[in-house]
Amino acid sequence: MRHISVDPPPFFNRGPSPLTRLAFFGLVSLALLFTDTRYRYLENIRQVVAIALYPVQRAVQLPGEAAAWVGSYFASQRALANDNAQLKARMLNDASAIQSHPLLEQENARLRALLAMAARFPDAAIAAEVLYSGRDPFTQKLFVDKGDVAGVQIGQAVIDEIGVVGQVTRVFPYMSEVTLVTDKDHAVPVRVERSGVRSVMYGAGTGRLPELRFLSPNAEIQPGDRLVTSGIDGTYPAGLAVAQVASVERETGQMFARVSCKPLAGVDASAQVLILGSGAAAMPRPEEPAEADAPRKGRNRRKG
Amino acid sequence: MAQLALTAARPEEILLPAKPWFVLFTLFAGLAANMLPLSGMALLLRPDCLALILLFWCIREPRMIGVGIAWSLGLLMDVADGTVFGQHALAYAVLAYAAEYFRRRVLRFPLWQQAAQVAVLLLLCAALVALVRIVGGAPLPRWSYAVGSLTGALLWPPITVLLQWPQRPTRSTAEI
Repeated sequence: MRHISVDPPPFFNRGPSPLTRLAFFGLVSLALLFTDTRYRYLENIRQVVAIALYPVQRAVQLPGEAAAWVGSYFASQRALANDNAQLKARMLNDASAIQSHPLLEQENARLRALLAMAARFPDAAIAAEVLYSGRDPFTQKLFVDKGDVAGVQIGQAVIDEIGVVGQVTRVFPYMSEVTLVTDKDHAVPVRVERSGVRSVMYGAGTGRLPELRFLSPNAEIQPGDRLVTSGIDGTYPAGLAVAQVASVERETGQMFARVSCKPLAGVDASAQVLILGSGAAAMPRPEEPAEADAPRKGRNRRKG
Repeated sequence: MAQLALTAARPEEILLPAKPWFVLFTLFAGLAANMLPLSGMALLLRPDCLALILLFWCIREPRMIGVGIAWSLGLLMDVADGTVFGQHALAYAVLAYAAEYFRRRVLRFPLWQQAAQVAVLLLLCAALVALVRIVGGAPLPRWSYAVGSLTGALLWPPITVLLQWPQRPTRSTAEI
């Protein structure tokens, strides 16, 4: 069966020429690109292929996980003792807060009942582990190990122990994709903790700091201010830490101040995250009043 | 024999035909390598292993691996990366075509000069991906975006030696 590998003379070539094939597949790719960006018809196909790829992804992660496990198993006694001491100190520190917490919670519940408000944090939160950060250099994404099967839904907020990490944007059966707050044009409604100024923080993409747009130059904000979620979007519960203001540039010639912020949560570093339940149902978007349409139509008519 | 392992096949050396299962296995390994959970510096330096191995087989076995297979692998890559459908597919299809177009020229050169040409092809592939994203509204990537292609080109000589290994005849020329 051993035969020498040689190119056949061109007249033995069968099938369409490479250029034809390239043109065909190129056009199909362009069509796919268009359909996938404009309409989201292809999500089902994506799901199926993702399930097929899942075992490979897990297999690839095994060596790293095994190494981490072995490493943690052989963690030195001293490191553990250190950790233990630190944790004890922290516990002591937090003791007073923890002890008063049930009391506050009760009081809070009473007050909320009085105000007939929904609980701020839905209780169904899902702890998830970060599988890997997205490899696409153009977007800021994270893949976590809980998906459809665990009850994750698109749009749920993802936090870590410090603050907001991002939002679930795509759900596969066994994993889901989280778009980070640093992703380009990812918007988080925030409030300056100190002064209460409301704004929206926009991600600026890989390697750039998120910014607050459309804040007037005299807005009550200064470097070092903490930004917390304002909760008016219905996605992020109010009061979660998001970022710290890194710099504020107020130029008299500009309409708006340039405010850049540094995310607080380990957006790139956290290994465990919490996917908050979407139980705190957002207020339904108010119906557009019918009158709003009328003037626009009138204007059009006037133009035409 | 030991010497055989360290160098690439000489042009006059006649290689055994590549086994289809081996080709598929290496492509699959490339895909798996692309899915490695890396971060930080490793992610920056990470070459597109699948593109590299695909390029190798497109150049060496053009009758087995061509535009069609490259395109399908690109689709798989798009799903694995969670990117827009067709982005890697388009880039890999063009890469396969370029490989087919340039393969005779590339094979005339010694390995390290081949690596330079491979760098250009891999950069072309990366640039296509970037172009698709920029048209889609992404910001310009930073210069470090090109680093992966260059690491890929540096890996070309070892990859060639490694992937050619099963094709080398077991008998040395002296015996014949």
